[in-house]
Amino acid sequence: MTTQPASPAGTGWEPVIGLEIHVQLKTRTKMFCGCELSFGEEPNTRTCPVCLGLPGSLPVTNARAIHYGLLMGMAFGCELAPRSIFARKNYFYPDQAKNYQISQYDVPLCSGGALGDVRLQRIHLEEDAAKLVHVGESGRIHGSESSIVDYNRGGTPLAEIVTEPDLHSAEQARDWLNLLRVTLRQLGVSDVNMEEGSLRADANVSVRAAGGTELGTKTELKNMNSFRFLMQGINAEVKRQVALLEAGDRVVQETLHFDPVSGRLSPLRSKEEAHDYRYFPEPDLVPVAPTEAMLAEARAALGELPAAREARYERDWALPADTARLLAFEPAWGDYFEAAASAAAPLEGRVVANWVTELRGRLDGGAAAPAAVPPAAIAQLAALVAERRTTAGNARKVLDVMVAEGGDPAEIVEREGLGAMDDDGELATVVARVISEHPDVAERVRDGNAKAIGALVGPIMRETRGRADGGEVNRLLREQLGV
Amino acid sequence: MSELLELSAARAAERIRTGELEAEALWSAYRGRAAADELNAFTWVAGPEPPPVTEGPLGGVPVAIKDLFATEGIPSQAGSRILEDYRPPYTATAVERLAAAGAPLLGKTNQDEFAMGSSTEHSAYGPTLNPWDRSRVPGGSSGGSAAAVAAGIAPWAIGTDTGGSIRQPAALCGIVGMKPTYGAVSRYGMIAFASSLDQAGPLARDVTDAALLLGAMVGRDPRDSTSLGLLEPIAPPGATDLRGVRIGVPEELSGEGIEPGVQERFEETIELARELGATIETMRLPHAPHALAAYYLLAPAEASSNLARYDGVRYGLRAGGDGDLLHMYTATREAGFGTEVKRRIMLGTYALSSGYYDAYYGRAQKVRTRISEDFRRAWESFDFVATPTSPSVAFELGAKLEDPLAMYLQDVCAVPMSLAGIPAISIPNGLADGLPTGFQLAGPAFSENRILDAAHALEDAIGFDGSKARE
Repeated sequence: MTTQPASPAGTGWEPVIGLEIHVQLKTRTKMFCGCELSFGEEPNTRTCPVCLGLPGSLPVTNARAIHYGLLMGMAFGCELAPRSIFARKNYFYPDQAKNYQISQYDVPLCSGGALGDVRLQRIHLEEDAAKLVHVGESGRIHGSESSIVDYNRGGTPLAEIVTEPDLHSAEQARDWLNLLRVTLRQLGVSDVNMEEGSLRADANVSVRAAGGTELGTKTELKNMNSFRFLMQGINAEVKRQVALLEAGDRVVQETLHFDPVSGRLSPLRSKEEAHDYRYFPEPDLVPVAPTEAMLAEARAALGELPAAREARYERDWALPADTARLLAFEPAWGDYFEAAASAAAPLEGRVVANWVTELRGRLDGGAAAPAAVPPAAIAQLAALVAERRTTAGNARKVLDVMVAEGGDPAEIVEREGLGAMDDDGELATVVARVISEHPDVAERVRDGNAKAIGALVGPIMRETRGRADGGEVNRLLREQLGV
Repeated sequence: MSELLELSAARAAERIRTGELEAEALWSAYRGRAAADELNAFTWVAGPEPPPVTEGPLGGVPVAIKDLFATEGIPSQAGSRILEDYRPPYTATAVERLAAAGAPLLGKTNQDEFAMGSSTEHSAYGPTLNPWDRSRVPGGSSGGSAAAVAAGIAPWAIGTDTGGSIRQPAALCGIVGMKPTYGAVSRYGMIAFASSLDQAGPLARDVTDAALLLGAMVGRDPRDSTSLGLLEPIAPPGATDLRGVRIGVPEELSGEGIEPGVQERFEETIELARELGATIETMRLPHAPHALAAYYLLAPAEASSNLARYDGVRYGLRAGGDGDLLHMYTATREAGFGTEVKRRIMLGTYALSSGYYDAYYGRAQKVRTRISEDFRRAWESFDFVATPTSPSVAFELGAKLEDPLAMYLQDVCAVPMSLAGIPAISIPNGLADGLPTGFQLAGPAFSENRILDAAHALEDAIGFDGSKARE
């Protein structure tokens, strides 16, 4: 990660942040039963005796979820437990049909590992809770008139990823979470969408005197369901803790609920959090013991991860860091770029990358390039500019046409008259005429006002209908004005 | 009519197969007796219309099912008020398999609430009476199944055994009961008491019937991760002697604490085994004396979690639903659970609590491992271990209700096998003071066929007559 830790301005305090991320796994069926995952279906239509916790029903572990767990563990270099164990986390609440959650506790599937420069503590698998809707003013179960439960989400497979406290600013946390998101998306294990709840992040936040090594008392921040809220929440909490410590008070370990409307954090009522979960090994399930075949399948599915791809684009294609990351983090665009750059060789990769990002910008951040603009067409467009057969400005217009209706870039240049002027003499004549038509501007430029030259460029471009090369226009203007 | 009822289930199945007997006639005879049940053995009895029967090894002979097996659309209450008239939307695997093998459902049988008890007095639906003496208990928790089979109200039945709940009532009612290897029968659809111990098995009039019924229940079930396929199918037992069989009699599980009459019958049966060719030796199971203590930490711990789902939110009883959530939880569980269930939930919750887990649950698990090791060592020298099934004959109703520890001691000989997950059978081996006693034979995991064979040889030699209970 390149983001520098930013201590709160002028305070001499360093935030210490760890994240606990819940990721809904993209399996077809739930963690412990055969119900298909729910995406906005009618409430309580994706349920069965198992996920409703009916008497006598038993869980059976979803093999695909284990596969995804192994995939993550391998991607992050975790230690994979030869026999990981599901446990019961006991608590009474209507969002758990059995009044316990099946989760991994003392022997998780994955331990250790890292992503970027943030170490991971563990990754474990568990089942998601059902959705509660509270009727009444408070919107929380306390003080609501009634509550209804939708068990469609109950039992959805979750991976909980816990980092070490290796992050030191809200920005760093956001950037790292984004790296995690694109990595998980690339692995294909999750949709990782914060707004839809398939990626949920809690943050453990403490502060300490800058340069210190001991950890301060931490608080746990919940309900930050967007990247913006995550930053807001962390920043607000860091500020609050610094104020407390500077006033000579101490931070109390507690769980805080982020309110996206007010942007404030409020303590969860102790009733909602004071739990003795009475963990014990889930007797209805056997330990998860990955076989050699399961490990081989995960290894084969691993592929190149975004961080590695970013490094390769910088190294092999000499892309600037931000472009490399942009393309590496969106694998479909990365693949597109590689196809276009290969087709355009020996043209420099960074030139092709610019046209790819230009195209991506026109698609409003679309997930993939339109079929109407194959990589070879972008390669051709880049070549037309490089060969000065069109100008950069006109090439953008060509691209507009390509996006709108497809077609061969060279033909579009021809048809729309968007070629570059190939005769410098013609351009020089236009430049001379425009200078003579604007004597006052010419005078100001000669008097040393370099910026005024821009007032001459416009009329020239208009007159040449954009076919003139901007650099060439500038050169001729300066030459003829003698500046 | 009475001749019909004197047929064992296997013989009845054979006669139906050969056309000598009509399945409908057998159904009507038993259905009529079940509907007129005076022992309170049944909590639900099928209607008079003979059900369609699938052809199969069980030949159309109806079966009684312990209340805690989920049966679609049919009350499955596990003996509890909290599940009063609860009708599941699905059927337990074991019941499905029996139906597919040709045994239609005759009725659901009474039991101690959530299988917690050894007398069937802890049923929200009243106690079941022992057909040998109606002032006495049938044992438990599968007391309804045991009494029904002993009284000839059901040809055969299934129950569940967590720490003796098939074997002890079988012993007290003078019938055969077998707890198979843990995992041999799917637990899917069995309303759980203690998941790591619960195991379904047959209660039958003789060993041959038990083997036939068990054979139709066993097998790996993809819906139960802890279920296992047997290496070989359950075979009809045929042995008539015990030549070459080595039987160990654990010092820790005989003699002291066993009623004299029960001990006498046990020693006579051991003598019979010797006459049949077995070699008998006393031996040690050093950790067996700790089995009951470990069991009463592990089983309640699992139960405290398994029974958490009965909260009034989704099904079953709801009380205090017009108050807040906590009020509904407490009112529902206060009204829905009986005293013994509450006692065990408290015990189990305590054993799992932070700060106590290692001292209680953790240590009990270690004892469990030691007991398994004791048995593994025993199998180096013995084929089977033999004990009295229960330390006493059937006791009077109410005799142990106020003394939970005395009740728990009923299972002192049965619990070690449950903790070790090994198969064990109880066969009737005589009467003491006019009441049946039981002889328990346990073997290594998956030795069901050998146990059934040995039990068959002993049964022949003992010649127990249970017809008095069917009068």
